[in-house]
Amino acid sequence: MPRVSLTVNGKAVTADVESRTLLVQFLRENLRLTGTHVGCDTSQCGCCVVHVDGRAVKSCTILVQQAEGADVKTIESLAVGDTLHPMQEAFRQNHGLQCGFCTPGMIMTAVDLVARKGHDLDDKTIREELEGNLCRCTGYHNIVKSIAAGAKAMAATTTAQAAE
Amino acid sequence: MYNFTYHRASGLRQATNLLGKLDEAKLLAGGQTLLPTMKQRLAAPANLVDLNKVEGLSGIELQGRALVIGAMTRHAEVASSPVVQQAIPALAHLAGLIGDPAVRHMGTLGGSVANNDPNADYPAACLALAATIITTKRKLIADEFFTGLFETALMPDEIVVKVSFPLPKKAAYEKFRNPASRYALVGVFVAKRPSEIRVAVTGAGTSGVFRVPAFEEALKKRFSPKALDGLGVPADGMSSDIHGGAEYRAHLVGVMAKRAVAAAME
Ligand SMILES: Cc1cc2nc3c(=O)[nH]c(=O)nc-3n(C[C@H](O)[C@H](O)[C@H](O)COP(=O)(O)OP(=O)(O)OC[C@H]3O[C@@H](n4cnc5c(N)ncnc54)[C@H](O)[C@@H]3O)c2cc1C
Ligand code: FES
Ligand code: FES
Repeated sequence: MPRVSLTVNGKAVTADVESRTLLVQFLRENLRLTGTHVGCDTSQCGCCVVHVDGRAVKSCTILVQQAEGADVKTIESLAVGDTLHPMQEAFRQNHGLQCGFCTPGMIMTAVDLVARKGHDLDDKTIREELEGNLCRCTGYHNIVKSIAAGAKAMAATTTAQAAE
Repeated sequence: MYNFTYHRASGLRQATNLLGKLDEAKLLAGGQTLLPTMKQRLAAPANLVDLNKVEGLSGIELQGRALVIGAMTRHAEVASSPVVQQAIPALAHLAGLIGDPAVRHMGTLGGSVANNDPNADYPAACLALAATIITTKRKLIADEFFTGLFETALMPDEIVVKVSFPLPKKAAYEKFRNPASRYALVGVFVAKRPSEIRVAVTGAGTSGVFRVPAFEEALKKRFSPKALDGLGVPADGMSSDIHGGAEYRAHLVGVMAKRAVAAAME
């Protein structure tokens, strides 16, 4: 079996895998990082979004081999101990989830969006950017609210960190 | 997905050799079409040759009067590139309409043109802008490259290296999205070039992307949406599926063409 080496949430990992192993399978089954979900397995729903070298991708639509040498971040990388990431906290505060199945993908997509488009996001931009993330519960309204609030909160944390 | 053997190519020559030597080998670019197809078992290659670590296949460069984009350049890079936004804004706009942000982070120009999905966006841009597709073996003009539904002039061991888009005077792309798949139900790319006008349509034709000579002639006389009044394409030759019938698509071609001309004039 081919060998693959990559960094996941800051830790170097090496494993022998079948060629067909998807990144999401590797994360969930080899590393037991089950925060990343599989909703559709057909590249539609975005439940499986993780960051590969800082860019949001659908981990059900990339072979782990394609992530050789890459820096992968999953939803598990966001909270620091018991303190939620500002985007996670915003989802909690704004009732941005119901069953929570889509939430890891929504949050990883949102954090990527803030990195690309900044902290001041209007509803139209957020809705467009959520094109590839489906939620069967919330009707999206509170997700959009959460992301707008989370984006602002992330700015505050960045400023606070810079001041320290 | 059936298992296969994964090969990571480090250069174009190696990738070409692997394609020639291995049984049922396919190239892997962004994987945004190939992997879903393999999961559905519509494709079951025995070998995948990954282009992701091949150097020099991605990048955007203005070379004289042409914009040259490497095959492995991701849709997101084209959409956000200041060079593309300046040189051919319609092309940056088109790339930003493909799928969703995560798909755009992986999907590539080369994969899109090589796949020639009848509902894909890039083939319309290539045809309307009179692009040249540069491969490991030769240079092909878009009119010769796209040969039918999911069909191109590419040989089994031929690799798309880059695409050269001559700069138009004006251009615009208007896409009527299928709201579920996000592909084009109908997309029309209009380009006013120094020597000619081209109108290319994706999503609608039963044999893939096509040009509309009647629209091109009318627009050559007068580059305005009004020039297309009373003109249309026959429903015969349009595809028909659960998303839209042939007549509906034929109608949309006219509507989207007018919108594209109006957008190009802005
Ligand atoms: C949810 C979703 C929505 C999408 N929406 C759209 C949309 O709105 N519009 C649109 O146009 N597309 C859409 N796509 C498709 C997307 O643009 C793909 O990225 C693209 O069609 C294929 O590019 P790829 O790099 O992913 O290629 P791959 O999937 O890796 O490969 C596709 C095919 O091309 C071949 N190939 C790849 N690179 C080369 C090369 N350099 N030379 C020769 N052959 C090559 C491969 O062997 C394979 O047969 C969507 C995809 C998904 C999953
Ligand atoms: S599980 Fe990956 S997009 Fe749905
Ligand atoms: S909260 Fe249930 S799917 Fe989104």
